Amino acid sequence: MTALLAAEGLGKSFRRGGVRLAAVEGASFSVDAGETLGIVGPSGSGKTTLARLIMRLIDADMGTLCFEGSDLFALRGKALRATRKRFQMVFQDPLAALNPRASVADVIGDPLRIHRLSDRASRPAAIARLLDRVGLPAALASRAVHEISGGQRQRVAIARALATKPRLIVLDEAVSALDVSVRAHILKLLVELQAESGISYIFVSHDIAVVRAIAHRIAIMDHGRIVETGPTAQVIAAPQSATGKALIAAVPRLMPAQD
Amino acid sequence: MSLVARFTRSPEGLFGAAVLAALIVIALGAPFLFPRDPLSIVGPPLTAPFTNWSLPLGTDRLGRDVLAELVHGSRASLLVGFAATLAAIIIGASVGTVAGFAGGLVDEVLMRVVDAFQTVPGFLLALAFVSVIGASLPVVVLAIALGAWTGPARLARAEVLSLRERDYVAAARVIGMHPAEIAFRQILPNALAPVLALSAVIVAGAILTEAALSFLGLGDPNIVTWGSMIAEGRAVLRSAPFLSIIPGIALVVTVLGVYLFGEGLSEALSRRAVRS
Amino acid sequence: MTTLAAIEDLSVAFRQGSRSVTALDSVNLTINSGERLAIIGESGSGKSTLALALAGLLPASAEQIGKIHWPNGRPLPGRDIGMVFQDPSASLDPVLTIGEQVAEGAVAHLGLDWKAARLRARDLLARVQLPDPQSLLHAFPHQLSGGQRQRVAIAAAIAAGPVLLIADEATSALDTIVQAEIVALLRSLVAEEGMTLLFITHDIALASSLADRIAVFRQAKLVEIGTSADITRHPREFYTASLLAAHIDLTTPPLIGERA
Repeated sequence: MTALLAAEGLGKSFRRGGVRLAAVEGASFSVDAGETLGIVGPSGSGKTTLARLIMRLIDADMGTLCFEGSDLFALRGKALRATRKRFQMVFQDPLAALNPRASVADVIGDPLRIHRLSDRASRPAAIARLLDRVGLPAALASRAVHEISGGQRQRVAIARALATKPRLIVLDEAVSALDVSVRAHILKLLVELQAESGISYIFVSHDIAVVRAIAHRIAIMDHGRIVETGPTAQVIAAPQSATGKALIAAVPRLMPAQD
Repeated sequence: MSLVARFTRSPEGLFGAAVLAALIVIALGAPFLFPRDPLSIVGPPLTAPFTNWSLPLGTDRLGRDVLAELVHGSRASLLVGFAATLAAIIIGASVGTVAGFAGGLVDEVLMRVVDAFQTVPGFLLALAFVSVIGASLPVVVLAIALGAWTGPARLARAEVLSLRERDYVAAARVIGMHPAEIAFRQILPNALAPVLALSAVIVAGAILTEAALSFLGLGDPNIVTWGSMIAEGRAVLRSAPFLSIIPGIALVVTVLGVYLFGEGLSEALSRRAVRS
Repeated sequence: MTTLAAIEDLSVAFRQGSRSVTALDSVNLTINSGERLAIIGESGSGKSTLALALAGLLPASAEQIGKIHWPNGRPLPGRDIGMVFQDPSASLDPVLTIGEQVAEGAVAHLGLDWKAARLRARDLLARVQLPDPQSLLHAFPHQLSGGQRQRVAIAAAIAAGPVLLIADEATSALDTIVQAEIVALLRSLVAEEGMTLLFITHDIALASSLADRIAVFRQAKLVEIGTSADITRHPREFYTASLLAAHIDLTTPPLIGERA
């Protein structure tokens, strides 16, 4: 079975004051249909850069990226924009990731309008359906983005990502900015959506406990490189890399203070 | 708190708004208040102000009603002021947005164009333009806009450069939005706030430039403007200084009012940024 | 146990135009000397407002009713209370060197001259486990990572030897590995100096690993307070139990099943 997404040797470096810094180096991984790949690493490990490389927000210096069997890096301009229907992204801070002046209907309606997935007359119904899928009331469509709560905003961001029926969604620290009680609900929502539609996720986070809750496989990153990959249970139970061990040791545990 | 509510909290903004409102009413009402052509002769020349109740501000060298001229002259000042500013903002914000969003060579080229326009003093540029093309109201408006568009261009570009890095712009790219739509519908509206705050200053400057052009005889010769009134009064400055002083005061009050309104507006706009 | 501060019926409200937003509602809380007290809450719980009220940093427009008793005398902010904020890039002045910012507290409150204060700053930077403190004195905040900046902020906060150290979501902007290091640093510093620690966070597990007592806040009210063991094992209030249930760690059952 060919993977939905296959990356081979991805690399990206930036020039900072005359010095070349490799943000991502030699990253290779794959994601199958219907599965979640978790990418975990400390800050500065390159995981956000990797997410942006996958989303073609920045251009890689080297490596290949194969999505649905074709070379994703070969696409440009109009062809790339059309293909974007198939892979979407959810960002960390929903307040920053949505146009501050927009209404919920604007936000969810944008991808429908851009890719001509529904005409103006049927759009409100399509928006209401998407709101329902993410557990929000249809009446929210007329509210402004800054008027709703953080958890609701992230659900709107997820609804926007779902609008074009993508095969893959990249989530970059998508629950890190949310309240603890909201986090669990959003994660459950993501898992339900995956069970319903077979969508794949790449879930990027610095918190290995959160990734463990929803990822089938985990890739651990440090200093721009993927240092370990494997099925979640295996990586958590017996981490091989120093970074993996440090990430697991750093998870706060529910226990009273030792004096 | 709404923009209007915040604006009403600043006394200078309210004063400016009052002056501006009064001026707009006067300018719009000119044809009703003084239906006769203001350039028509109505009384003995050089009548002093406050001596004759039917000619409250006196008459000029040819016997024209100063008050009628003043009121009609406000139309030219406000029209040129607003029109030139609108043109300057449209040109400037568009150029600045394209430069800031496109980056690279396009940005470099456009900024050198901005530099070129900015190194020539705005008034001289307007002067040269009107001299070459000929004096009429649309030409004057364009001439002033040519000198004034660089400020909004730089401001818009600066805002766009910072907004371009925001996640919501990346999100717009991710959903497949066309770059032109991202630049003009997602970024530009959010970049306008500082440009609008500057607009009042541009209006004030435009009104003064128009007056100066008229004073030099380069304004539209068919209408009465405050600048031309001041020019008219130059010949009799010693014997009848009121002919130049009255339109001069009108200019000062107008420019002050516009400027204070702009202060109030920019404060109200910036207070929202601070709170959120 | 001696009392460091007794908060009595404290209510704080902020004016937003014509509306009044209640940030704290009749809070009664005692802080004991030398203890590590964690304040847990989600957004809107009032936990940061409590920190600001204790540090005397509430804005002038805030309406405060109720009192805070300090049996040992009103503390002087900066000297008797040190505060570390959430965003390490916002709490350090970008145009001053690290040395100047850490030494400032010592100069202002301990009456040291700049030379002595700089030596103290260098010692403090070593105590917060930053490498090469001598050259760090001349570095600028943008040259450091988030975790390093937070260590600098801690050094600056304790420069004048305060009795109370308030950490307001001090680790929330850091990744889990750096967070664990900072928490360990706080634990050792507080023990060595005999300071009282007020640790504000949204992470109940983090709180339980560091604090002796935990106070749970929700929508401006104090919901429950008790020892870490009691709160985490025998919560009395439904909200506390729901926070515990929502917590995700390595023992939480995964939301997905095993793939075939």
